[in-house]
Amino acid sequence: MSSVSLELVEQSELAPEDGFWVALKRDLAIAMQNKGELAQALAFMAIVVSLFPLAVGPEAQLLKRIAPGVVWVAALLAALLTLPRLFASDYQDGTLEQVLLSPYPLPVLCAGKTLAHWLTTGLPLAVLAPLFGLQYGLNGDELGVLVASLMLGTPVLSMLGAIGAALTLGVRGGSILMALLVLPLFVPVLIFGAGAVEQALSGQDTTANLSLLGAVMLAGAVLTPVAIAAALRISLD
Amino acid sequence: MTTAVQAAATGPLRAEGLQVTRGPRQLFSELSFGIDSGEILVLRGANGTGKTTLLRVVAGLTQPDQGSVQWCGRAWGAKDAERRSVCLYLGHAHALKEELSALQNLKLALALDGIEAGTEACAHALDACGLAGRHAVQVRRLSQGQKRRVGLARLALSEKPLWLLDEPTNALDAEGIERFSALILGHTAKGGIAAVATHLPMPFQSARELRLEGSA
Repeated sequence: MSSVSLELVEQSELAPEDGFWVALKRDLAIAMQNKGELAQALAFMAIVVSLFPLAVGPEAQLLKRIAPGVVWVAALLAALLTLPRLFASDYQDGTLEQVLLSPYPLPVLCAGKTLAHWLTTGLPLAVLAPLFGLQYGLNGDELGVLVASLMLGTPVLSMLGAIGAALTLGVRGGSILMALLVLPLFVPVLIFGAGAVEQALSGQDTTANLSLLGAVMLAGAVLTPVAIAAALRISLD
Repeated sequence: MTTAVQAAATGPLRAEGLQVTRGPRQLFSELSFGIDSGEILVLRGANGTGKTTLLRVVAGLTQPDQGSVQWCGRAWGAKDAERRSVCLYLGHAHALKEELSALQNLKLALALDGIEAGTEACAHALDACGLAGRHAVQVRRLSQGQKRRVGLARLALSEKPLWLLDEPTNALDAEGIERFSALILGHTAKGGIAAVATHLPMPFQSARELRLEGSA
């Protein structure tokens, strides 16, 4: 009676980890069609970082002193700017429902989407950070620590931010609410990240702060996909 | 209270005692039905009586307050992996990325379903659904009916046994409806199941109807 249908089901034996690559490739393909959006976060970061020297004056000592904080806060705000996009367009055109209905495990798909978000927002910021650092007179070693701290820290911004973006889907004034939700969660990353660069400026060893950032990133990579998946299920119910 | 066609629940898909409340309104309660292998169930009812919600409950997107959905005698849990490899849900929205082409969209949707479909198979399915020569066009430049047809191509390549379709013939022209009818009859001829929520007359006679009447 139902033998035909059951055979149909058995054909689709899937390797769960493939879902990660499916989601990653999908979101990268979509991002490649929206290159303008990719540039937006970078342009925003460049402008914010450039505003501070204009506001506080060209005193080299002072600029170097505030550089870690300014670059990191700007990175935080740039990440915040891009996070609503992570799920909102998929939510509007109905493809997010299809993601939830995919036979691949939802946390695996969420991990793929989050990595795609980092590759298109956090990674370019980290790579171009030396340009921002140069404006503040950071030297080679200090720029290296700045890049390292952003490389380790921005993935956490994408992962924690994705939870907030998923929870506030379809809510009126969602992006402000999301900022209020996730900015407090970003604080440890900000402290470790800016702390590492500050230590580099004063000639101290930076491994402690960078190790802590790395630990936060690894913990996030394991735990946040489950939280993002749960948040999406709540938002789409 | 909602009255419903109480079907002899013997088929692979059974819903038992479903109750769904949306905000202050109870959409339906103690709703039970079954769909046999090779059968089509058409959901009818006025706006707001819960046709879409019922499809979402079966797909697992919405959790019912009470009751369960069973497949071959086993109740599906909220995160059931089997449920997700059985159900194909085509909702109100087209579930297409506007900035990608019809072909890219079809491939992405199938990849999410875990189906490795080659470009040739996808192109062939799009041709068959009346989109010949429109494969590479961005979906934002397609008409509503043409977007529906991309969804039809997905149905044609799907291997899932349970189709949950929300207003599938909206915006389709006569030829598109004929194409849809052929697809769904082919599906049920293979033993597949379909539940279709719609206001429009359906092109097949063999279907059973479930009428949702809503509650006060």
